[in-house]
Amino acid sequence: MKMLELKQLYQGFRDPKSILAWSEKIKQEAKDLKCKIRVMEVCGGHTHSIMKYGINQLIEEVFEFIHGPGCPVCIMPKNRINHAVLLAQEENVILATLGDMIRIPSSKGSLSDARSKGADVRFVYSPLDLLKIAKENPNKTVIYFAIGFETTTPMSAALLERVEREGIKNILFHINHVLVPPPMEAILQNQDVHIDAFIAPSHVSVIAGSKIYEPFVSKYRIPTVVAGFEPVDLLEGLWMIVQQVKHREARLENQYKRSVSFEGNLLAQEKIEHYFELRESFMWRGIGEIPYSALRLKEKFAQYDAERVYDLPYEVVKEPKGCICPQIISGVAKPLSCKLFGIVCKPTSPIGSCMVSSEGVCNAYFRYGNLL
Amino acid sequence: MCLSIPSQVVSIDEKNNTCIVDTMGTQREASLDIFKEKIEIGDYVLIHIGYVMNKISKEHAQESLELYQQMVEAIQREDEDA
Amino acid sequence: MERVTLACGNGASENNALIQRVFFKHFENQILIQGNDSAILPSLSKMAFSTDSYTISPLFFAGGDIGKLSICGTCNDLTMMGARPKYLSASFIIEEGFELKQLEKIAQSMAEECRKNGVLIVTGDTKVVGRGHADGIYINTAGIGEVIYEGLNPQSLQHGDVIIVSNSIGKHGASIFSQREGIDLVSHLYSDCASLFPLVQTLFQSNLTLRALRDATRGGLAAVLNEWARSSQTCICIDEKQVPISDEVQGICEFLGLEAYALANEGTFVLALPKSDALRALEILHSHPLGKEAQIIGEVGGEYKQRVILDSGYGTRRFLDMPSGEILPRIC
Repeated sequence: MKMLELKQLYQGFRDPKSILAWSEKIKQEAKDLKCKIRVMEVCGGHTHSIMKYGINQLIEEVFEFIHGPGCPVCIMPKNRINHAVLLAQEENVILATLGDMIRIPSSKGSLSDARSKGADVRFVYSPLDLLKIAKENPNKTVIYFAIGFETTTPMSAALLERVEREGIKNILFHINHVLVPPPMEAILQNQDVHIDAFIAPSHVSVIAGSKIYEPFVSKYRIPTVVAGFEPVDLLEGLWMIVQQVKHREARLENQYKRSVSFEGNLLAQEKIEHYFELRESFMWRGIGEIPYSALRLKEKFAQYDAERVYDLPYEVVKEPKGCICPQIISGVAKPLSCKLFGIVCKPTSPIGSCMVSSEGVCNAYFRYGNLL
Repeated sequence: MCLSIPSQVVSIDEKNNTCIVDTMGTQREASLDIFKEKIEIGDYVLIHIGYVMNKISKEHAQESLELYQQMVEAIQREDEDA
Repeated sequence: MERVTLACGNGASENNALIQRVFFKHFENQILIQGNDSAILPSLSKMAFSTDSYTISPLFFAGGDIGKLSICGTCNDLTMMGARPKYLSASFIIEEGFELKQLEKIAQSMAEECRKNGVLIVTGDTKVVGRGHADGIYINTAGIGEVIYEGLNPQSLQHGDVIIVSNSIGKHGASIFSQREGIDLVSHLYSDCASLFPLVQTLFQSNLTLRALRDATRGGLAAVLNEWARSSQTCICIDEKQVPISDEVQGICEFLGLEAYALANEGTFVLALPKSDALRALEILHSHPLGKEAQIIGEVGGEYKQRVILDSGYGTRRFLDMPSGEILPRIC
């Protein structure tokens, strides 16, 4: 066997010839299907890849893509972002978060606005950076505004483990970790959404295993394929869906075997289990309250929990007038049917959350266009 | 969601439970705090926000790439025959 | 004196000492050392005039420093309009306590870059602000150039014109990003920061028809192409496979979830010219060290006016949008 070079893990799965070969194969296989397969790519990373590489253009006659709720920034309800802004404005607080989160507008402005008014808001590449920030600022409280699905959750747990072990007193957590399967179920229960198959987020399953989808695949009998994020991965995953649809099967399949196992990363799961518990309910932007769909710190770690240490209000914040992000996130509508899209709502002046993040479907539509 | 990057392990620091990974000439430290499998220099791993998430199976990757290669060749043969 | 003090900016003896010791020493020329309120210059037939302020963190980066950048940047802006850089002003806003040794290093790189361009610093100014009121040092340079190639104008882009990029893209932006605090990437990548006049001069002297030139600084290749498409009311179509991107830049982009198109360059320009002259221009570029990686990347034409299209080469297309907002690493 030849030596596998790292570069092949990128280029091999973006190879134009393989992209064309798979799309031809999909079109061949799907020749006899009577109508398009409505597939939801749950994950914002998949949405990004589909738009960036033009996968939708290649197999337009076979698939209609329904974009799912898997962008942690897009589904964050305004109430939670308000928490972040309020915390950032507290005296002697440094608020740290990841990437796009600082741009999301809310009723109290965005974190980026708060920063321009003097709040100390920092974006970090890794939660580990908080250790350094906390040590350099012993008189300040450093709050990690933690976002993300199963993929990003164990890193918050690992940070808290370090904080405990090193006896660090000035790091707190505001936990907004959410789970992938509950919104998938919620979407299937919505009468207005019709979905034939799922492309499931694979980096979530690197941590949580492909096992997390099994209960609902058997319950709802819907073809579900865990697929990687490179264009060739996605196409291979879509081919698997065509096979299942053709043979009237509804199975859980794993295209991304090089990184995803059925069990996932057990150590990461243990750490999540140790520190976190399910919330009874969590408000998802666009979808509404979903029971047992998010995590919080367990009671015994209350001293590290910014939600318990600070008095933060719970308020329901209305969506901006005319914005259809809620319908888009729940798979009922697409960006082009929004009256605000591209006119008043743009990446430079986002109204809704889907326009902010590079994962957001409106942002992807705006940036890459829908050049069929 | 969750941008994760294939990288190669170039050194391991057992004391701090970290390793240095390389992606096309760029290197960064990554934590091994959520990873318990045995890891060796030269292994390919997925990195997410500064942590090693897993080891990438070279066998599975190779298998996929070989399958793709065969598909591409088959199509080229068809084109030549046509 | 080891550090710059507030007194160095007050116009008194300390101020003079600093000017003599650092700036006159390195920038010395007949016009500057007269030390008058303004510089008297010989008249030029047709002039280009440009100004820019430079702030960068870190001040010293792989491939350059703020001093080199402040000369390259303004001279390149003159060059891109068909001018030979002739005279510069240089103004410094320095934070109290700034190390003199560092200031000298900066002045040295400025002097060296001036020599490469054949340009003189003929007037300047120094202000010192209290600690915490500036991030080390800010530099403003303004420049005058003599126009030696007339008619460069992006509005003149025509259907069928060819687009060339002079270098692989994103090196400055990617290398600065990787050196930022908190990103902590280790890379062998250097900024492309360089004075372009020596290279571009060979194009001016070649009898080729050039429509437009632009250095792809902030906003990168994406910004230049979008500005051109808008101002010329055309569509620009780019062949994605042809855009040169080095492995190092790609590696940093993978780590941070960024695209090289929007990353800044400081020694890379985009050129539009008629198809008939394109191969000849490419040859000229390839014969100069700064143009070794030059490539034809696309052409003017397509159905979406004022937009830039990226063609994947396997049957899909997408827009290349104008970059906006602060560049943040993608986490998701």
